[in-house]
Amino acid sequence: METNEPLVRVRNLKKHFPIRRGIVFERTVGIVQAVDGVSYDIYRGETLGLVGESGCGKSTIGRTMLGLYPPTAGSVNIAGIEVTTARGAQMRLLRRKAQMIFQDPFASLNPRWTVSAIVGEPLRIHNLEPDRQRRDERVKELLELVGLSGRHVNRFPHEFSGGQRQRIGIARALASNPDFIVCDEPIAALDVSIQAQVVNLLEDLQTQLGLTYLFIAHDLSMVRHICDRVAVMYLGGLVELAASDVLYEHPLHPYTQALLSAVPVADPKVARKRQRIVLQGDVPSPINPPPGCRFHTRCPIAQPHCAQVVPEWRQAQPDHWVACHEVEPKQGF
Amino acid sequence: MTTIEPPARIGLAGGDVEAPPLSPGQMAWRRFRRHKLAMANAVLLILLFVYSFGGAFVYSEAYANYNDTTKRLQPPSWEHPFGTDTIGRDILARTIYGGQISLLIGITAVLVQLVIGILIGALAGYYGGLLDSLLMRFTEAVLTIPGLFLLLIMAKYFTGKVPDITLLGRTYSGSVVVIVLIIGLTSWPRLARIVRAEFLALKENDFITAARATGTPNSQIIFRHILPNTVAPIVVTATLSVAGAIISEAYISFLGLGVQPPTATWGNMITGSTNYIEGAPWLWFFPGLLILLTVLSINFVGDGLRDALDPRSRPE
Repeated sequence: METNEPLVRVRNLKKHFPIRRGIVFERTVGIVQAVDGVSYDIYRGETLGLVGESGCGKSTIGRTMLGLYPPTAGSVNIAGIEVTTARGAQMRLLRRKAQMIFQDPFASLNPRWTVSAIVGEPLRIHNLEPDRQRRDERVKELLELVGLSGRHVNRFPHEFSGGQRQRIGIARALASNPDFIVCDEPIAALDVSIQAQVVNLLEDLQTQLGLTYLFIAHDLSMVRHICDRVAVMYLGGLVELAASDVLYEHPLHPYTQALLSAVPVADPKVARKRQRIVLQGDVPSPINPPPGCRFHTRCPIAQPHCAQVVPEWRQAQPDHWVACHEVEPKQGF
Repeated sequence: MTTIEPPARIGLAGGDVEAPPLSPGQMAWRRFRRHKLAMANAVLLILLFVYSFGGAFVYSEAYANYNDTTKRLQPPSWEHPFGTDTIGRDILARTIYGGQISLLIGITAVLVQLVIGILIGALAGYYGGLLDSLLMRFTEAVLTIPGLFLLLIMAKYFTGKVPDITLLGRTYSGSVVVIVLIIGLTSWPRLARIVRAEFLALKENDFITAARATGTPNSQIIFRHILPNTVAPIVVTATLSVAGAIISEAYISFLGLGVQPPTATWGNMITGSTNYIEGAPWLWFFPGLLILLTVLSINFVGDGLRDALDPRSRPE
């Protein structure tokens, strides 16, 4: 579990996408504030969950953290490497130490490459196993590590099922011995029975290899199961971050409360007694997010000043972060 | 005693790694073989190549260019199966050597087209932004110039300025090189646009993001990840362009600006027949028939390839 040493440190990260019009002479007609000022740490060996609605910027955070999108502002530090400014050898080290697992197991593997080429790519790029034969051996080891047969190295992706393909994607992510893996909705596209298998595999690998995960998802019950801490995102910003049990049992932010009340409960007696918080209206556009607290347009407890003042990202209780004016800090803290 | 046979796959692979399955190329070949029209035309195309290049062992080039004005405009006979032309040259021998030139022009012009078209399309599609805008505006500019007009201007300008070259024991007049370059340099925009469109779609795939997250250099992403996935439309465009190039050569030569006599091409052989369309139809019939067969068979082969290279169809 977590030690007190953060492996990943994200500070005030912003990613804005300009909307451009025009041919050759482009002009910017708007800005999508996909991620707007998020800060958090991920401790070595833990799984941090990142949940939120579709389009709230979850995936953008994951990709910006790995330097796949140049950030607009802020800093990301992974294992001592400043992602936003890394070049050359530092960047190559980052590419080895931080990896990614994708949602769509059909789009994430090159249909014209064999499994051997796909899983062996990080080894080849980072020159970890220069010898072809040794590389093939290592690929077989990796396939067996993720529960596939090493005999299938010469197959093409289309010869595998969705779950197997996801395992190939995981094997590729593990090839360069990373410390940190961004799991971008790795189970959202899989059957429920397969989801459990893949989640268990990810947990086993974490214990075995001491991995640190950022687990992006929208399946709240799965997130509670796999994550040590959970961050909730709304319209490009974090609204709450706490240990899983604390967040699920005692959510502080009204958005988190509404989100959790939407999780279906298997027991009909409990379900009937439960109070469902239904939010009014739609998520505002990230092109022109509301001023002040971004949630004030739909918040059941919004006050006049919520529309003017951006709430501070603060610890309401020890290690329980929240961005809301109306949440009282715990007494004596 | 009965023994239970192990499944063939394990037996073949020696229990270690299973044998490589059908590669995408092998799958495509299986699909192509089942396409009867394309297969028949592929055979015809091969026969046309055998005719043009194998025929050189029967007739010498000197014979094809030998003229005897006492034998001019003879209809087909045993001595001259395709007849003789206006200055008494054997038409059969000339269609053989003309075929070599026409086919070579078709293939090499398309190679030029492939290099330029793929490079420009790939760079524009992959990098996008300003580079894309500049390259595509340039491509559109080339597209808007009427092809024939450009061909004629360039043919007129360059003719006689390029020295002869010798390749595989045969000397080609410089005008052949000029024609190849002209056709290649005017035919790439269509291919560039197709390649760009493919790149635009493919680069959004997660496997490209995965490659970038691994630190794979852009050159490898372009040429090893994306380009192999665009093979189907490129191969189809290229085959169809071979036919187009042969026709282009024919009409430039027909207008008298192409490959210069005595070097024969199917196109310039027809040029020489314009005054004898009714009086001596064998002058244009044989080279015309060969152009028709070549272009037709290449188009059918291209059609078959388009179906065969579509990974969604599977050989049964």
